[in-house]
Amino acid sequence: MSAISVRNVWVEYGEQIVLEQIRLDIESGAFVSIVGPSGCGKTTFLKLLLGQERPTRGELLLDGAPLPDEPGADRGVVFQRYSVFPHLTVLGNVLLGPELQASPLLARLFGAKRRAQREAATQLLDAVGLGESLHKYPAQLSGGMQQRLALAQALITRPKVLLLDEPFGALDPGIRAEIHEVLKKLWKETGITIVMVTHDLREAFTLGTRVVVFDRDARRKRDAERLRYGAVITQNIEVHKRRDKNAVLSSAGRDDPTPPQAPRQDDLAPVLS
Amino acid sequence: MRRLMNVTPNRGGRWLLALLPFALIAMLYAMASAQRLAVNAEDKVLPSLSSMVQTLHRTALEEDRRTGERIFWADTKVSLKRLGQGLAISIAIALVLGLAIGLLPMMSATFSPLMAVISMVPPMAILPILFIAFGLDELSKVMLIIIGVAPCLIRDLALKVSQLPKEQLVKAQTLGASTWQVMLRVALPQAMPRLIESTRLMLGPAFLFLISAEAISADAGLGYRIFLVRRYLSMDLILPYVAWITLLAYVADTLLVQCSRRLFPWAHEVRA
Repeated sequence: MSAISVRNVWVEYGEQIVLEQIRLDIESGAFVSIVGPSGCGKTTFLKLLLGQERPTRGELLLDGAPLPDEPGADRGVVFQRYSVFPHLTVLGNVLLGPELQASPLLARLFGAKRRAQREAATQLLDAVGLGESLHKYPAQLSGGMQQRLALAQALITRPKVLLLDEPFGALDPGIRAEIHEVLKKLWKETGITIVMVTHDLREAFTLGTRVVVFDRDARRKRDAERLRYGAVITQNIEVHKRRDKNAVLSSAGRDDPTPPQAPRQDDLAPVLS
Repeated sequence: MRRLMNVTPNRGGRWLLALLPFALIAMLYAMASAQRLAVNAEDKVLPSLSSMVQTLHRTALEEDRRTGERIFWADTKVSLKRLGQGLAISIAIALVLGLAIGLLPMMSATFSPLMAVISMVPPMAILPILFIAFGLDELSKVMLIIIGVAPCLIRDLALKVSQLPKEQLVKAQTLGASTWQVMLRVALPQAMPRLIESTRLMLGPAFLFLISAEAISADAGLGYRIFLVRRYLSMDLILPYVAWITLLAYVADTLLVQCSRRLFPWAHEVRA
């Protein structure tokens, strides 16, 4: 349950500018989808929110306080791959978060405390459809199951924000639709703020309450010139009342939201010298 | 007719093929030995199987007249103790340093170059230094094994830990893990199968260092015995000892594999 504020953030690697003038306010409980072409800094932006990278200019605030510059328990994450630990069972993966937070030295729980956490973990795993696979290892699960596990693992510690980096990119369409439902349910139940990077426009619009498009400025035609500028937010679309229409969402005949028109906004006046 | 590369033996055939080279070697030896003994009954270079069994019987089951020990078992015990100590200490050092170097950039910057240099020092070349520094007793032999084995284990373990996906380390931090907790719950368990694997590979070198140290200075041990009786050309004792050492190494290797499979099933399971 937390608002994120991104204030005029730049990311530069030496000469190369990856992101520039990123301004974005994400209200508490929002589900923000981030889309854009490959290599336009979507993942870099997510890494900023994670604390894995730092902005070279500007600042990021979480509930008004500067974001810590390393990953922490207030921001959960699900990556496309390697999100779950191969050496732990399904149950062990979900128990890990509570164990880490409750037992600083051994990072393990015993007796009544363990039973209580086990109970909570089992319930959550039931909710994501993994109740039958508690003692399997991730390698024994399908890709979709692994991502469900990753969601449960990230959510059990009740982070303020959940960051998703193309979490369903490697899944088949049918499985993807199922896991969308799971995610939507969890999001509504927890009221957590979600930021999701995706390639899939349809996914971005069906899940998000807001869709943010990252792209390099289209008016800088020449490649050599374009490379010297970073990606900016070219579109910031509020997907209205998405939450109320959830019943309609799952039905098939629904018309897709109109894809964003390229030259709609013109806040692109060059600020650079 | 299928291509040769597509022809695979069945279960029974696999056993038979595996035993074939062993049987062939035994047969060749028996023939060569019989031939030499026929020419000269006193020949010591290729003793007959029966004389080897006799010697083994004498050393393993009868007490030595001078020391009152069963030499074979006494040697085995002493050698295994040295080997076990050397390996155990090496593994302990490798766990601490390997994990730290693999996970912490500061440790890596400090110790990686040192490890790269140290692991290139030929252990046998500093054996005299060990004898001078640690005396001729047990310590110098154990030290030789440690110096020969530990740097490789450390480097291998550090490499494995540094190859853990970045995502996993970030993920653990988002679950609230401290550096210590990441080491304990993420890096250590995933490094263990690799540690066992590299320990298996280092069994050979460990035995090499053990036998070398025993050959030069010892008053008991498998290596000591072999080099002692070499003077009398006692192939009837040397050959069974070599076979015994080989068997010990083979059993240790098998035990490590089983241990890894039992303790870390996730590292061996391909798919359910």
